[in-house]
Amino acid sequence: MIGDRIEKPVYVFLAVFGVIAPMVFPAYVQQIAMLWIMIVFALTWDTMGGQMGYNSLGNIFFFGAGMYIAAVCQIWPWYDVGEYTDPSGILNTSFTPDQYFLGLGLGVVLAALGSVVLAAIFGLIVFGLRGPYFAIGTLGLAIAAGELIGAWDWVGGGGGIRLPVFPSGTDADPLFRLPFGDLQSADLQGVFFYWTCFVLAVLTFLFLRWLYRTRFGLMLNAIRDDEAKAEALGVRTQLYKTVAWSISAFFLGISGALFGNIIGFMEPLEVAFPTVTFGIFMVLMALLGGKGTLWGPVIGATLFHIIKEVTWTHLLGWQWVVLGLLIVVTVVFFQQGIVGWLQEKRPEWFGIEVDRGTAGQRADAETADALEAARDAAGDVAGDAAR
Amino acid sequence: MSTLIEVDNVSKSFGGVVANNAIGLGVEEGSITGLIGPNGSGKTTLFNSIVGFHPIDSGSIRFEGVEISKMRVPQIARLGMLRTFQQTRIFRKLNCVENMHAALSHREGTFRSMFTHKSGEAEERAEGLLDFVGLYQKRKLRAGDLSFGQQKLLEFAMALMNEPKVLLLDEPTAGINPTLINGLIDRLRLANERFGVTLFVIEHNMRVIMNLAEHIYCLAHGELLADGPPDALQNDQRVIDAYLGAH
Repeated sequence: MIGDRIEKPVYVFLAVFGVIAPMVFPAYVQQIAMLWIMIVFALTWDTMGGQMGYNSLGNIFFFGAGMYIAAVCQIWPWYDVGEYTDPSGILNTSFTPDQYFLGLGLGVVLAALGSVVLAAIFGLIVFGLRGPYFAIGTLGLAIAAGELIGAWDWVGGGGGIRLPVFPSGTDADPLFRLPFGDLQSADLQGVFFYWTCFVLAVLTFLFLRWLYRTRFGLMLNAIRDDEAKAEALGVRTQLYKTVAWSISAFFLGISGALFGNIIGFMEPLEVAFPTVTFGIFMVLMALLGGKGTLWGPVIGATLFHIIKEVTWTHLLGWQWVVLGLLIVVTVVFFQQGIVGWLQEKRPEWFGIEVDRGTAGQRADAETADALEAARDAAGDVAGDAAR
Repeated sequence: MSTLIEVDNVSKSFGGVVANNAIGLGVEEGSITGLIGPNGSGKTTLFNSIVGFHPIDSGSIRFEGVEISKMRVPQIARLGMLRTFQQTRIFRKLNCVENMHAALSHREGTFRSMFTHKSGEAEERAEGLLDFVGLYQKRKLRAGDLSFGQQKLLEFAMALMNEPKVLLLDEPTAGINPTLINGLIDRLRLANERFGVTLFVIEHNMRVIMNLAEHIYCLAHGELLADGPPDALQNDQRVIDAYLGAH
């Protein structure tokens, strides 16, 4: 099985790349940080869409929810949130490094937990839906959330929230600055969030890798293949579906909390609940790489992110055309994705066995004898009936 | 022997169509009980009612003395009553062994148990049961790649993996070639004898059901027409009329 052979080198390569990237490519720190977030998007979407067969178009809801929960947590302990977000206000705000990092830590934790709670609540509603209805229902959830937040003045309404400014380099903890010398505040922020995003992507990947090997992963696949059969076997499908969505929500909530702080400003429609960009990208990335596989979303996200960044840089004006084409081609002609295609062409690489026309049975004298006896008995009964 | 499933006065209509009308029957513990009747006589509807696939209009269904007519499918399955489908249903993209693991019972149901790894003991049992139905060589193949008959055997093995008290089989031999049918009958009988699983079987193949079942119920037009041991039923004029369409 090729997976076992190349697994270790791939992990080593990714770990080394992840660690040295901010030093080797300092100009691309934010793009590579975005790559880690994209990988989290694709991986968490695939838990639902690939492994469980529930194509959610609204997973971006948890991204936005996490972003808003984190923002409120970062402001609320030190300032009145309503005053802070008031666009006409003249509130002079500044955050000490302690306040900033305490708020951020609290924000990330509550963004994750809050998203889980939201997933559990909305799961009760949307998991009554199947197939395309589920996709539309979840899409509606994300769009409605964006519109509702836009009308909620306490969190800034459509005007959004500007997030606390990252502490300047001189204020920051010397331990944290150590490897990066005399970075300026903006660079320091870039490097800090690079690391958090990298750690998030690694934790997401390792968690899902473990999850897919447990009974839970197996039951997700069973629900994907035939939910009615799973129910007929006594599986608590609603519980499995809700927990799976909560797991997606947990990591997406954290990614939202981090992304808001990378951008430094958030508003409901374009940044927090971007259903037509990130919301669609996460589906496309998982499809492109191969849905229902562990590595597919990672490969898909990486490829997609590179294509996206390159077209944005070198084909400006045509970037949406290129992305649109990529979506159409993937969805129409290449649904199995890269890893799915490889599994078809080279099943032995993945430890998948295909029928080579072997038939028969394990030599088991006891079973054979028992069958013989039963056959005799059946014959007797048939004989009796005939008589 | 006590009565495991008691169906009492159960009715079910779909719009104006009365699929089941005041049906009452019982399945004895440890028995093999048959359910026959012409097409459209309401056999599968009755099965669906018993396993909680849809609510019934009136009447009562008890399993081991517990009223189950208000329960949903997974709940009833966890009590130990399982059904197989007329159109075979397996998990297509999983291989046979994985299918077997997925079929393990969910009775204990703690949150922790959702995240355990596959146990070696379960693996052994899965392989043993796959061997029992003759799919041992195919155990690593994707279930969707198996032939229809093999999928039926796999579904049967999955049902046994779940360790049910009673198994409701909806046309276990439909679509299976005649040579495989004998093997399947043997295994049904063995499952009943060796694993103590009570069987309640819908079957169109008269040779099969007359050999297999100890007691047979016959439905026609949604009503219970007759019941009794196979040879009595075979000679029952009402049953013959129902099948041949006499008026």
